[in-house]
Amino acid sequence: MDSDPFDLVNIIAEWLRNLLLSWNLSADLIDVILTFIGAAVVATMVFMVFIFQIWFERKAAARFQDRIGPNRVGPWGLFQPIADALKMITKEDTMPRNADKVIYNLAPILAVFSVLMMWAVIPFTKNWIGTDLNIGVLYIAAAGSFGILAILMAGWSSNNKYSLLGAFRGVAQLISYEIPLFLSLLVPVFLARSMGVNDIVKAQDGMWFILFVPLAFVIYLISSLAEVGRSPFDLLEAESEIVAGYHVEYSGMKFGLFQAGEWLHAFTFGALAAILFFGGWQGPFVDQYPSLGLVYFLAKTMIFYFITIWSRLTFPRVRIDQIMSLNWKFLVPLSLLMLMGIPIVDYFFKASPWRWAALLAFNLVLGLLALEYARRGVKRGRRPRVKFEPRPVAVPPKDDEAAA
Amino acid sequence: MTPIQVLFLISSALVLVGALMVVTRRNLVHAAFYLVLTLFGVAVLFVLLDAGFLAAVQVVVYIGAIAILLIIGVMVTRNVTGAEVKTVNKNFWLAIVIALMVFSSIFLALNQWSQFNAPPAAASTEVLADTVINLGVAFVDANQFFIPFIVVSILLLGALIGAIVIAWPRKASEE
Amino acid sequence: MLDNWLFVGLLVFVAAGLPALPIIIARIVAPRKPSPQKLETYECGMETVGDTWVQFKMQYYIYALVFLIFDVEIIFLYPWAVAFDKLPLLGVVAGVIFIFLLGDGLLYAWQKGTLEWR
Repeated sequence: MDSDPFDLVNIIAEWLRNLLLSWNLSADLIDVILTFIGAAVVATMVFMVFIFQIWFERKAAARFQDRIGPNRVGPWGLFQPIADALKMITKEDTMPRNADKVIYNLAPILAVFSVLMMWAVIPFTKNWIGTDLNIGVLYIAAAGSFGILAILMAGWSSNNKYSLLGAFRGVAQLISYEIPLFLSLLVPVFLARSMGVNDIVKAQDGMWFILFVPLAFVIYLISSLAEVGRSPFDLLEAESEIVAGYHVEYSGMKFGLFQAGEWLHAFTFGALAAILFFGGWQGPFVDQYPSLGLVYFLAKTMIFYFITIWSRLTFPRVRIDQIMSLNWKFLVPLSLLMLMGIPIVDYFFKASPWRWAALLAFNLVLGLLALEYARRGVKRGRRPRVKFEPRPVAVPPKDDEAAA
Repeated sequence: MTPIQVLFLISSALVLVGALMVVTRRNLVHAAFYLVLTLFGVAVLFVLLDAGFLAAVQVVVYIGAIAILLIIGVMVTRNVTGAEVKTVNKNFWLAIVIALMVFSSIFLALNQWSQFNAPPAAASTEVLADTVINLGVAFVDANQFFIPFIVVSILLLGALIGAIVIAWPRKASEE
Repeated sequence: MLDNWLFVGLLVFVAAGLPALPIIIARIVAPRKPSPQKLETYECGMETVGDTWVQFKMQYYIYALVFLIFDVEIIFLYPWAVAFDKLPLLGVVAGVIFIFLLGDGLLYAWQKGTLEWR
């Protein structure tokens, strides 16, 4: 490790290690303690991101809608999240009469648990990572599965048929979009020949993967928007639809935790987009000062998180059957075709310097074909416009029309 | 007792308790959630055996797909407010006797194996990260698991078609 | 390599305990005044009608089933992708055939109309 004056994490870790050694603890125990402190720091910082998100979402939503947003509580409304958090904590915690107590209480905790677990393998810089598992990407997929369970638990334990219906719909949407998500996550794994997340970032030294496989990125973007439940795939929590869906019976802090889980999930997928396709902590001067990677990583993540907010505030909602047919009839076949073609192209161009051009060409061709197919499909599905003759409304139809 | 042994005992306890709860709970949905706990315990066991990939596979496939399939199946076909089922029938005591006999015979047979009571060999610190790569190579190597690999894909195809044929109502009886 | 997972194991405890903290604080701080109206289940402000029972919709089960099949397939593809450099052409083709066969299954499900949301 080259001497990096800004490498705060390792400096503090060394100091703590020496401190604990001076207390005559065994080396193993010191490892455990330091790892525990590391885990606590990562989890707490991620949780704090939620505080920032509350402010950012409200401000951004306001600006998009041509108003100012919170500006009373602190400069630029920066202390608004504290007010929101206080409100949530002091709200009464109602529980429906026949709700299943254990599962009802466990569901919001599980929702946040699933997101926090994902941050164990996300590299902030080259040297700052929770743990560099060799199966990083698959681990992230595994952590996401717990979130789905949380939704089922919430929907069922509320003892409310609308809650259950909302939960089923939500789970159907989530598991359907997990397939193109996993398939598009497979592409950077394939390009870097490793599932380890830090390996994937290191493999983007020089050329980010977005320049190799933009189609995979687009599929990832769409499926991650749907996975998180953000607009335009907002059906799970649409207030005007099934009345807030699976968390209708939750109030106060538990509802806040569901909110936190969902927004943090969006942030995490933004971070993943930055890592897997846009080089993560890579950037100029990152070899001499590895800690500079943190700035690049955060900047890229904020850009993608902003894109998710932007999408949420811009697009109208998509119907559930449209969501499903988009997934099963477009995204899944497209990702399968992409995954059949990319290995073949890569096999022939493995060692050549034209590798990126060949992959890029394949992606663009497939993407254009897919767009053409989608355009035809939309045209086919569109109902022919019916021309209505103007007719007075309050007049009953004539007899022959009534007989028809 | 080494920490690994303690962890092994804890995760085995998790698996066994979870499994016991699955078969004794009256409420089917509770049983399904205890199954998730059992599967998670199995994933922890895989981690202890240095098979991180299999642990992730366990969570992704078993907890993320199979358990959800089961839970959806249970929730959709039962009355939501507590599906009560009988958990034991009249052969309960005979079943316990047979189970104990099978367990003790397995235990006695394994005791004859010299490695059973040996302390675990220290895990080699060479790059075990290569196991996933070895697995990938083994899948398509003509001398190793190539045929099973192709058979698995045909099997999955058959499972998909079969499930749809069974589950999808015939056009006549649909409405 | 096992100590790579130590972080994950400890994070399990932290990640389970951290969300529990606000709930515990809320339990201490928030008022508790249960009343019969508050304990009722929510149905747009009306009384609940009928048992809490969901219409049996085969569609959810089908989606979960197809997802399961593809999930297992994706699991097989991950080691194949990681080991790509060491594979002969036969290995590459084997993987592509694998994907193709399952795409075939998807096509069957599509043509049978099972992927429509009814």
